[in-house]
Amino acid sequence: MTDFFAALIEQSFLQTALLAGLLASIGTGLIGSFVVVKRIAFLAGGIAHSVLGGMGAALYLGLDPLAGALAAAVVAALIIGWVRLTWSAQEDTLIGAVWAIGMAIGILFITKTPGYSSDLMSYLFGNILLVPRQDLWFMASLDVLLLVVIGLFYRQLLAVSFDEEHARLRGINVPAYYLLLLILVAVTVVLLIQIVGLILVIALLTLPAAVAGHYVHSLGRMMVLAVLLGALLTSVGLASAYGPDLPVGPTIILLAALAYLVSALATHFLARRRARRAVTAVQREPKGSSPQPRDASGIGQGFGCHPAARASQAGAPGVDAARGGDESAGPHEGSGRTGRPV
Amino acid sequence: MASDVIQLTGVSFSYGAEPALREVDLAVADREFLGIVGPNAGGKSTLLRLILGLLEPQSGRVEVLGRSPRAARTDIGYVPQYPGFARDFPITVEQVVLLGRLGLGNRFGGYGREDRQAMQRVLEEVDAHDLRARQIGSLSGGQLQRVLLARALVCDPRILILDEPTASLDLRLEADIFERLKEFNERMTILLVSHDVAFISTYVSRVACVNQTLVCHPTAAIDGSTILALYGESVRRVAHEH
Repeated sequence: MTDFFAALIEQSFLQTALLAGLLASIGTGLIGSFVVVKRIAFLAGGIAHSVLGGMGAALYLGLDPLAGALAAAVVAALIIGWVRLTWSAQEDTLIGAVWAIGMAIGILFITKTPGYSSDLMSYLFGNILLVPRQDLWFMASLDVLLLVVIGLFYRQLLAVSFDEEHARLRGINVPAYYLLLLILVAVTVVLLIQIVGLILVIALLTLPAAVAGHYVHSLGRMMVLAVLLGALLTSVGLASAYGPDLPVGPTIILLAALAYLVSALATHFLARRRARRAVTAVQREPKGSSPQPRDASGIGQGFGCHPAARASQAGAPGVDAARGGDESAGPHEGSGRTGRPV
Repeated sequence: MASDVIQLTGVSFSYGAEPALREVDLAVADREFLGIVGPNAGGKSTLLRLILGLLEPQSGRVEVLGRSPRAARTDIGYVPQYPGFARDFPITVEQVVLLGRLGLGNRFGGYGREDRQAMQRVLEEVDAHDLRARQIGSLSGGQLQRVLLARALVCDPRILILDEPTASLDLRLEADIFERLKEFNERMTILLVSHDVAFISTYVSRVACVNQTLVCHPTAAIDGSTILALYGESVRRVAHEH
């Protein structure tokens, strides 16, 4: 690790790699949180893999592969979003098809492009150590775009992620914001591809946010924590891979997976321990000293029980009349459920 | 005479070969408390979704507050039968209630002071102020129902629509919620779907019986023969001793 810090001071490519990791973490935390809470990891995977088509076409045409990746990611996001919004019955099949078609197009183009093989590996698995310094500006501008769009439309994106039907009822254009969210996912995928490649990108997009989700109760806090976790994981991954000369992308992903596993087990264990302690505390209470039962609302005070209302039910107009069929009078004969058809 | 806030004329709707609603006519007056009853798959929820503008009728016309249902959406509060969200979503009660303010005020950025004041007011109104910092998944069924009611009320709606809001609650909470709805009815029109014919008869001013077609009755006119005609079987009263 000491070697890494010494090299970091001297080697500009390591500094660029570290900065690239930190810039990628912003996208990871912001958009990864939406991907996790909206449960669209499969859609994001489809977008990520379709990117190869754009990269391959750009390489073949002699254009910047990142520009091709961005264009392909946005087109794939729109197609996948349209499939999800229009043909929801066959959603997974069609998204799987878009996923495979994008990769097939990319491989065909790359095959026909001279000197493809080394490039193909770096696109599939990423190489943070080869990120050109000028690409940092491209990554930073994508981060700014994400921050501005989320800042402007956070409420709408939250509403669409949380409860689409309610969002629609509040006059939100749900399809438009859903497509906007997928376009943001596409931008983030391009941001992350240089770090871990398109095969592993979905893990970096989801795992830090999923770990953050174990500890916070709001989407905003989840984003902040996921950005910090992403920054930690990419930096530690870079440092860990340096000494033994391991590929950085897979190292980062394995670290993220380990963090998720440890966090999931720890939260599960803590929840079970809390439950056991609660039961033990109840068992230790002397008999007859248990507190008054809380009302069914669970907070000790309801709307306020209305005995008068309950009493009035028995003689309320319409209630008796509604009781057709078998009847057996009893002490609670006026209770509301008595009229429920069985 | 009170004006009609909801007007359905000759509305029919079908999801497939079998029609869910046939030639339905309905007029709901301002500040009326209308109960909607009927058997499962009788078209109750479809009727609500047509009024909310979530479905378009294949024939007939739906008007809400003199406008199309879509145009009137921001004046309607809705409490669904089943929450349309994952219970583990990282969101607090106050954030859920604030989402009910969407469509009012600023389109960009965060919530304003007025939004937060409205949120505080409705949480107090439904006795859920203590829950405001809780994560939505940590609430009991009764608590969640209050929060959904607060989310529907926070936009200060002219019409409140509830789809079986007490289906998962015990009798005491059910009575509590209906008493509170009776109070809200002084300032807004309420439409409420329920299976609990006898219970809602205590509170509503009129009952709409829906089983593909719709027939309205004054509450006093709901008797055994009406129920038999609607459900196709008798309603049984069950007595409990404790």
